[in-house]
Amino acid sequence: MLRRLKIGLAVLALVATPALAQRTDISVGMVLEPPNLDPTSGAAAAIREVTYSNIFEGLTRFGPDGSILPGLAHGWDVSDDGLTYTFPLREGVQFHDGTPFSAEDVVFSLERARAEDSTNAQKQLFAAIETVTALDPLTVEVTLSQPQGAFLFNMAWGDAVIMSPASVASNATNPVGSGAFRFLRWVQGDRLELERNPDYWGEAPALERATFRFISDPSAAFAAMMAGDVDAFPNFPAPESLAQFEADPRFNVIVGSTEGETILSMNHQNPALADIRVRQAISHAINRQDIIDGAMFGYGTPIGSHFAPHHPDYLDLTANSPHDPEAARALLAEAGQEGLTLRLMLPPPTYARRGGEIVAAQLRAVGIATEITNLEWAQWLEQVFRGHDFDLTIISHTEPMDIGIYARDEYYFQYDSADMKAIMAELEVTSDPEARTALLHRAQRHIAEDFVVAFLFQLAKTGVANADIEGLWENAPVPANDLTGVRWAR
Amino acid sequence: MLRFALQRLLSLAISLVVASLVIFFVIEVIPGDPAAYMLGMNAQPETVAALRRELGLDAGQMARYLTWVGGMLVGDFGTSYTYRVPVSDLVLARLGVSLPLTLYALLLSTAIAFPVGLIAAARRGSRLDAGIMGATQLGIAIPNFWFAMLLVLVFAISLQWFSAGGFPGWDRGFWINIKALTLPAVALALPQASILARVMRSAVIETLGQDYIRTARAKGLSQRQSVLRHALRNALIPVLTIIGLQFAFLLAGAIIIENVFFLPGLGRLIFQAITQRDLIVVESVVMLLVFAVILVTFLVDLAYAAADPRLRRRGA
Repeated sequence: MLRRLKIGLAVLALVATPALAQRTDISVGMVLEPPNLDPTSGAAAAIREVTYSNIFEGLTRFGPDGSILPGLAHGWDVSDDGLTYTFPLREGVQFHDGTPFSAEDVVFSLERARAEDSTNAQKQLFAAIETVTALDPLTVEVTLSQPQGAFLFNMAWGDAVIMSPASVASNATNPVGSGAFRFLRWVQGDRLELERNPDYWGEAPALERATFRFISDPSAAFAAMMAGDVDAFPNFPAPESLAQFEADPRFNVIVGSTEGETILSMNHQNPALADIRVRQAISHAINRQDIIDGAMFGYGTPIGSHFAPHHPDYLDLTANSPHDPEAARALLAEAGQEGLTLRLMLPPPTYARRGGEIVAAQLRAVGIATEITNLEWAQWLEQVFRGHDFDLTIISHTEPMDIGIYARDEYYFQYDSADMKAIMAELEVTSDPEARTALLHRAQRHIAEDFVVAFLFQLAKTGVANADIEGLWENAPVPANDLTGVRWAR
Repeated sequence: MLRFALQRLLSLAISLVVASLVIFFVIEVIPGDPAAYMLGMNAQPETVAALRRELGLDAGQMARYLTWVGGMLVGDFGTSYTYRVPVSDLVLARLGVSLPLTLYALLLSTAIAFPVGLIAAARRGSRLDAGIMGATQLGIAIPNFWFAMLLVLVFAISLQWFSAGGFPGWDRGFWINIKALTLPAVALALPQASILARVMRSAVIETLGQDYIRTARAKGLSQRQSVLRHALRNALIPVLTIIGLQFAFLLAGAIIIENVFFLPGLGRLIFQAITQRDLIVVESVVMLLVFAVILVTFLVDLAYAAADPRLRRRGA
């Protein structure tokens, strides 16, 4: 009897021990599945949410706060004229397939991204590059055709990661990078697994294994968190249930900021909207806090221009277009646009669909009627973004530092301002931090005072995680789930 | 019997050709470009053009239709635009979830519906019959996603007997996957079982009024014997029809349940492919489903013939 008890205890101890040790695996929930895993040929945020910093690395990288950190280059040297960047590369780096990393891989990757037949979704990042040369196996020199203040920033994007020519063709399904994790397997539609890279050049991550699980349904995401199938959901799809997680000591709710400026975009080709008084009236008709509360359950920061509030160069310009229905009505009367009817095209995300209903009600209150059309993404891209066939639309511009879109020719809202173009052109060639700040302030003021679009709010990043997990990114300077610093506290 | 089967095969082939034409050209007219979708809002026009060339989208519609059909004839369904893997691999992986789930749900639904329908028919007008009719009415009325969420709430979140969803994959063993498919199969089976039980009941009741049942009773068979030996077999035709329809419906129509339990099934594959304008996947999967439906109808036709010898003779 006693012996049996002893065996029982021993078995119990064996079973119990792993539960007491720190876990080294994590299961991370994602709403959308990446279509493929090659961040240099596709814009889907989900590709970066799996691969950024985990599998693929660039010359530079983003830190959790959006700062630029050394990546595969352990530093950089910029010539006085701002035209030549010299990158000393890290030693002893190898790709997951064992191929050693060298300056030739950098030359290959950057040349591929800017080539004629490149399918890089952010090809403009590489537009200023003139030549890329390997000075020696561990030094790369990049020359630019004109100084570019944002060059190091550009090189940190997921689209600018360094790949090996040996594996580039199969990276879409079997990604081979230099990062701290390597690809293990992908059960399409269900999950994707990574494991720790034992040959990583940098500090080894605490996690041995990471599983991304794809759960698009909000209530299923809720159930998966509650049942413990998923340990963290960095972009949780149901803001309405965050309060419930907040009240539960097993979970942490992580609220941060994204780079997504959410705007009520206007088509300047529409004669009514070409009139600044009408655009100003619309901006005054909007009550930002009501939209944030009603559509996003209170998560989001009001913005008065196209700039992220967490950025050091941010100016709070919300006072430029306060909620003022009286002023809106007066402006519409002055413009002779009483009884205006506009078509409001809404893409699928919640902020647009729910926000659109509220915007429509707010516009109705000042006498603007709207016809709402819900569009799928592909339709929205074709009809609104490419076809310019819309009056109003709600969209979050999620690229970091994208105020430059207001200086683009033939961009979908078709704003054309010589002043704004001049500001952005000057910014492009300015490296001095103070001068850049001044220019960015001017740009923010310019588009706010021209009421180019109605600026609504900065999209929040709302996540849920097991309370014992540390090191998840709070903000999203780029779409990423950088797991290199994630660990279980208990 | 052979001629009957051949006739059916010919109409099957014609249906497939017509279906392929309709599917391809209907899907082609939907606005939206897969390359533009993949590259997003910041892409430059020449980048989109380069990707279109790479994907073979710059070829004419007719040329792409012929390539697609020609490929399918030799078993090549093309390569997915977004996933960049052969469509057949994608479909096979998803069938590994959808097919077992469908069979599991059908098994559950027939296992429930047959006895329940038979008992209700045999005891027509009794309180038991009224109870069964009420319960099946409820089973049809309850939306299955709601029932599925209820199952998750009770068995996954509260009791923690099952995980809330997901599919481990067949390489992890048999029972673990059966377990993962249990809640979804129950959720899918409930409304199907209710429908099937009602069809079963009315079919049996109808046959019970026939002369041969009276004859059977007259020659001394009990109510029970006459139902099992004579009424059941004759009631099978409408029931088989319903089962055939349910199979086709469940194979691709389980998308809502797949979403609730985040299962990587065929329904979600189509949904995702439509969103991403992965046209070749949509076309091939829809084609495959058409094929499955036609095949099942064909098999059901054959099963009719097996169940009812008169149909065989009429076909010949």
